[in-house]
Amino acid sequence: MLATPNLNASFAALADPTRRAILARLASGEATVMELAKPFEMTQPAISQHLKVLEGAGLIVTRVEGTKRPRRLAKAGIEAMDQWLAMLRKALEKNYDRLDGVLAAMQSDTERKKR
Amino acid sequence: MNTMTKLTLQTEGDTHIVVTRHFAAPPETVYRAHTDSKLIQQWLLGPEGWTMPVCINDPRPGGKIRFEWTHPKQGSFHLTGEYLELKPYSKIVHVERMHLPDPTPDNHVETRFDPDGSGTLMTMRMTLPDAQTRAAMLATGMEHGMEASYVRLEQMI
Repeated sequence: MLATPNLNASFAALADPTRRAILARLASGEATVMELAKPFEMTQPAISQHLKVLEGAGLIVTRVEGTKRPRRLAKAGIEAMDQWLAMLRKALEKNYDRLDGVLAAMQSDTERKKR
Repeated sequence: MNTMTKLTLQTEGDTHIVVTRHFAAPPETVYRAHTDSKLIQQWLLGPEGWTMPVCINDPRPGGKIRFEWTHPKQGSFHLTGEYLELKPYSKIVHVERMHLPDPTPDNHVETRFDPDGSGTLMTMRMTLPDAQTRAAMLATGMEHGMEASYVRLEQMI
């Protein structure tokens, strides 16, 4: 899975508290720009700007329904973020399995020197 | 042996990721493998296929860290950092950031080495800055499924 560039965008997208709040709101179901703007006391263009960043990061998607454009969470984007920790775990497991070998070599080295 | 050496990785609080791992060597040996450049180059390589041609590592407070990794197909990137505190053979505190090529936010890492039977229990505690931490919180879905991710998201506000 080569989700890394998009992941960086995801992290950047999440750096803003308004965008995190938007994601939290969308976690409970899809919403229009107007519905999203209401609790934030922000203009619709300001909210639209945040939505653009979130969509660019692959965290949300837009559905077209007549004149409405409701947004919802993008499952794939959120799952890519889930994979970030999974990737970290995998890299660490590989490292420490190698370290086991290094430690064994260090210890047999010490044993030899003692003799 | 598998349960003994199994890695644990957990999110903790709002800003931490805690990793534990048992090693079948005493703390002094494990500590040395974490601070000696020649030894670091042998294991701190991540996924298969990567090597570390450059390993600059000055293990004293204020000492610099620079690791450069390269892969025949996937290119290269590097990490820089500084040591904050070293307590032979039980504790290392440092900060690090990746350059991809833009630097990621600083990751503050405290690594402890405690005697555990005839071996060592390593506990590595990473403290991530806000943005990345929050993102990583999302990632707890790994353990508890999507539902928990959403609950965490809600708790962020």
